Amino acid sequence: MDDNLGYLFAAFAVTWLAIAGYLLYIGQQVKGLRDEMQLLDDGDDAAT
Amino acid sequence: MMQRNSTNRSDMLVMGLGLLTVAVLTLGIFMAFVYAPSDLAQGNAQRIFYVHVPMAWLAYLAMAVVFVGSVGYMWKRSARMDRLARSSAELGFLFTTLVLITGSLWGRPIWNAWWQWEARLTTTLILWFIFIGYFMVRAYAGDRERGARYAAVLGIIGAIDVPIIHQSVTWWRTLHPEPIVLDTGGPNLPDSMLATLLVCLAGFTLLYAYLMVQKTRIETVRDALAERELTALFAPESETLDRRPVAPVSRNVSGAAED
Repeated sequence: MDDNLGYLFAAFAVTWLAIAGYLLYIGQQVKGLRDEMQLLDDGDDAAT
Repeated sequence: MMQRNSTNRSDMLVMGLGLLTVAVLTLGIFMAFVYAPSDLAQGNAQRIFYVHVPMAWLAYLAMAVVFVGSVGYMWKRSARMDRLARSSAELGFLFTTLVLITGSLWGRPIWNAWWQWEARLTTTLILWFIFIGYFMVRAYAGDRERGARYAAVLGIIGAIDVPIIHQSVTWWRTLHPEPIVLDTGGPNLPDSMLATLLVCLAGFTLLYAYLMVQKTRIETVRDALAERELTALFAPESETLDRRPVAPVSRNVSGAAED
């Protein structure tokens, strides 16, 4: 019966690690877009 | 000024949604490990139920939102509906992957097998491939509009898989148990287990809503940026020098204005 604790732990760990990983991935996307916007704004400022 | 105020209010609402999600999920985990009793037959492995069932529900929900977004896109050619569909498809892929993994981790101690080619598992695997296909047709379509159209068609046709997955345990003889919550005679499990499951379902549904808000905001800004870059690229040189490019985008990605 106790052996099943490993499967229980694995199921919860995989779920939470995947969700945490996805949140990090979203954070990276936000950072990338902010950098891109900054680059475009800098380009606009230089042009005007 | 008004836009900044509404952006701040919107950010506060999203932050509130995030905090509520964390609170409900924390309660759900506590109930799953402490409050809910151990199953006599399955022991601790049965507690995987409290994460496996919400993942299955979110996979269904995500596909339903893809369907709504796809129909909306095909009907109105609305970029907003396309963003809704593709944001939900990404989450659907995540949650379908998790329902397959947690199901496999539950099946190993109970069925003595990681995988069985039976109806419920196979139709869920098909849903996983539909989500992969959704992104593949976008990537290989050539241009954005065509990719969105192909993906919308797949999103509409692919949604047929959801009721098939749900009914598979009643239509075919399967290893997978029949529904115990949406049973015709009412929920067929102890009150403490049902309460724990409902809290976990609420928490994960809030998580889906939070991730959807964040993801659609990202996609909104990404579309605006792409349009801005395209406009700058094709505008005559004098225009690019004389005028600031179109599609002003908020500096704050998390508070992006909707179109």
